Amino acid sequence: MLIFEKGAEGRRTSLLPSCDVPVYELDDKYTRKMELNLPEVSEVEVSRHYSELAKKCHGVNDGFYPLGSCTMKYNPHINEKVAALPGFTQIHPLQCPKTVQGCLELLCDFEKKLCEITGMDRLTFQPAAGAQGEFTGILLIKKYHESRGDSKRKKIIIPDSAHGTNPATAAMADYEVISIESGPDGCIDLDKLREVCNEETAGLMLTNPNTVGLFDKNILEVTKIVHDCGGLCYYDGANLNAVMGIVRPGDMGFDCIHLNLHKTFSTPHGGGGPGAGPVGCKEFLAKFLPDDMPVQKECGCFGFETAEDTMGRVKAFYGNFLVVVRAYCYVLTLGKEGIPQASTNAVLNANYMMASLKNDYTMAYDEICMHEFVMDIASIKDATGITALDIAKGLLDNGIHPPTMYFPLIVHECLMVEPTETETKETLDGAIAVFKMLKEAAYENAESLHTAPHKAPVCRLDEVGAARNPILRYVKAE
Amino acid sequence: MGSYVPNTEKDIRAMLDVIGVEKLEDLFRNIPDEVKIKGGLNLPEGKSEMEVKAIIEALAEKNKIYKSIFRGAGAYNHFIPATVGTVISKENLLTAYTPYQAEISQGILQSIFEYQTMICEITGMDVSNACVYDGGTAAAEAVKMIIGRKTEKVFVSSALNPQYIEVIKTYCFGNGMDLVFVPEKDGVTDIDFIKENMDATVGGVLVQNPNFYGNIEDCSTIADIVHEAKGKLVMVVNPIASTVIKNAAECGADVAVGEGQPLGLPISFGGPYIGFMACTDAMKRNLPGRIVGQTTDTEGKIGYVLTLQAREQHIRREKASSNICSNEALCALAVGVYCSIMGKKGIVEAATLSMSKAHYMADQLAKAGLTIVNKGEFFNEFVTESKACSCDILKALDEKGILGGYPIGDNQILWCCTECNTKEQIDCAVEIVKEVAAC
Repeated sequence: MLIFEKGAEGRRTSLLPSCDVPVYELDDKYTRKMELNLPEVSEVEVSRHYSELAKKCHGVNDGFYPLGSCTMKYNPHINEKVAALPGFTQIHPLQCPKTVQGCLELLCDFEKKLCEITGMDRLTFQPAAGAQGEFTGILLIKKYHESRGDSKRKKIIIPDSAHGTNPATAAMADYEVISIESGPDGCIDLDKLREVCNEETAGLMLTNPNTVGLFDKNILEVTKIVHDCGGLCYYDGANLNAVMGIVRPGDMGFDCIHLNLHKTFSTPHGGGGPGAGPVGCKEFLAKFLPDDMPVQKECGCFGFETAEDTMGRVKAFYGNFLVVVRAYCYVLTLGKEGIPQASTNAVLNANYMMASLKNDYTMAYDEICMHEFVMDIASIKDATGITALDIAKGLLDNGIHPPTMYFPLIVHECLMVEPTETETKETLDGAIAVFKMLKEAAYENAESLHTAPHKAPVCRLDEVGAARNPILRYVKAE
Repeated sequence: MGSYVPNTEKDIRAMLDVIGVEKLEDLFRNIPDEVKIKGGLNLPEGKSEMEVKAIIEALAEKNKIYKSIFRGAGAYNHFIPATVGTVISKENLLTAYTPYQAEISQGILQSIFEYQTMICEITGMDVSNACVYDGGTAAAEAVKMIIGRKTEKVFVSSALNPQYIEVIKTYCFGNGMDLVFVPEKDGVTDIDFIKENMDATVGGVLVQNPNFYGNIEDCSTIADIVHEAKGKLVMVVNPIASTVIKNAAECGADVAVGEGQPLGLPISFGGPYIGFMACTDAMKRNLPGRIVGQTTDTEGKIGYVLTLQAREQHIRREKASSNICSNEALCALAVGVYCSIMGKKGIVEAATLSMSKAHYMADQLAKAGLTIVNKGEFFNEFVTESKACSCDILKALDEKGILGGYPIGDNQILWCCTECNTKEQIDCAVEIVKEVAAC
């Protein structure tokens, strides 16, 4: 039941005091006449309404969530605690810098730490999410070419295995997308890359490990080919959780990067956001960074500076600050050893699951993977009619959030599994048993799997109908 | 060292055996040695929860918390009911990913559907998306929505929040769109300029209401001119104000966007906030980002799903209406809780209190010798001019723990009141301003 269908006319809560100054009457010409149909409910009703909604959700702190490419690691409670400190939440973004020294010191210190982890020289926290980080990174590249008067560079190269945000970002920056086919090993085909690199290449957007969970061992050659033709290399940090403290994008030849603090750095995803997508770059691109870079001045105090040839702002103020505080807490907690330990165990857990499942499921790339792996369901589908979607829905009935489905696009009937480092071996063993059971069910009880889930709050939903006849808001029945 | 890794030595050994490798390093054999980090990261050792908490608390203590705040300019210190914080801390909601698996995400999807309805109610528009990052990016995305196939530029009011102007410029540097800034006259958008320059090459006009200086614009007139020329009107609106002043739909807007932070989110040094976006039914397929729709399951039970996804990056790739993927869903949840608990009456009260207090303060500041720059109606923000330097006024307030208005130039200040400012606070601030102004 919707909140609008609860409550009663005239019911309300007592939250605000009465007016202690004369009540202002606005000129009728500017007064709202339209009715405002917001809920009329008691506090108890609100509280119970949202408790009920919460019961119909599954978060990573509720159970296993091996959603490939999304790095659903545990979200520590201490992060929440420090992000709720009044010394952060009650600070106006336009206060004088000398009254926000703590915020600025945190940003400056975290910038240094993330630069160390990624091999970059400078980093901005302004982008609100990964996709906005991509946009910021691509604008760095655009500003760079523009500053050199190099106006021919209109193309961005993106592998066909990339996330949809990569081509969408390139298009937002008015670039033509050159999609290149991945090699049989899921990595960049060097010859194909050489073919498309030329004086029109603005840059390359890449994740490494790539979206099939493999580290591209030719990475130095890849970035060199792009650099040799005058392009720049952008690193999409979506998969950084595999390699933190092991290898750095800056050392692989990347010029700029974005990170997803809500993936790699343990901040909660909030059912879709807020995230944070800080962007790092090498020194030669720093002069194009967004406005209001926090800096420590010679006197030791902190302030803001505007980069020499700034791209301007990508967002009001300084980014999703409270998300940054959470991630900072995480990095302080893990430190020098904890960071590579996290990545090592993320890779260990993924390989353990893959090895344990490969007798039952076909692996799209049967070799040591990084933090995630791709299962190819095509042969099961051919034999039983059970699809990746069916397996996913079957997992729902077993308390497991399904892996990412039908991505990357280069493996058609796939599930992409990313267990993360925060899961116990017992949890992984439990999930492995469920996957095996579902495989058996595909052969023995396909119908039940076709109609899964059976235990979720709703059965399979009619998405086609939703799009064909969109109902996008509640309307009170007459 | 702090760690969230549960694997024991024994677990690791057992897992390596199953994988069939000797040691952990073997898992990274595909990474060429020459790129691997040598000697580890140059970072401090990890710390215990107790130590980390102390470090971050010490940082928070270095920031100044003001006991009264008269500054807005894009971030508004409204009262936040306790229920909002409690609900958004529920871990099933807080720690979930985007609701791709609808069957186990009905709570989040329904909360977004309710949020969309609330935004439609507030703005009066037909359709709302599930939100974007903040007011500035919502404005920039709205500019993109009104770029037609045959139009080459968009008019943007100069009386728009300057940070939003910068964001729009950055987005347009990206996509090569031409922006024309409509000058301001007496603190409002110069309507004559629009009248004289609107033609078929202009996709539309973006105007903020109330604008950056707090002034209520004559948006209905602007809408008529824009529609006459077959353009679209985007209004950047304050959601609290929209419950008492003529809303976007009543003015005739095609798209209504804005900063949702006043609806239950703390000021938090600028984020996370939330950008809301709503439009007429005719324009719904131009909306960026996620949209939740109602549908039914195989047994006929009502449920909610992400819908109209053919606009989005994961389907359309380079042809998507935007690259947005993650948004600010938890903030949308906060907005939903805020609008529910405040309710139909409470939110109007917050608006009326804010407006009344601002007018009271303006009257008192005028009596204290400052000039009120606003010529027409304003909501909860207004600009004063004084002979005294703004910095002296703000410094005197600061010494008493009061965050004064936002300085605009040397002698003007943009003030803001909300329901949080008591008469006592206002009188106290005015007294201090009066002393400085008299010097």
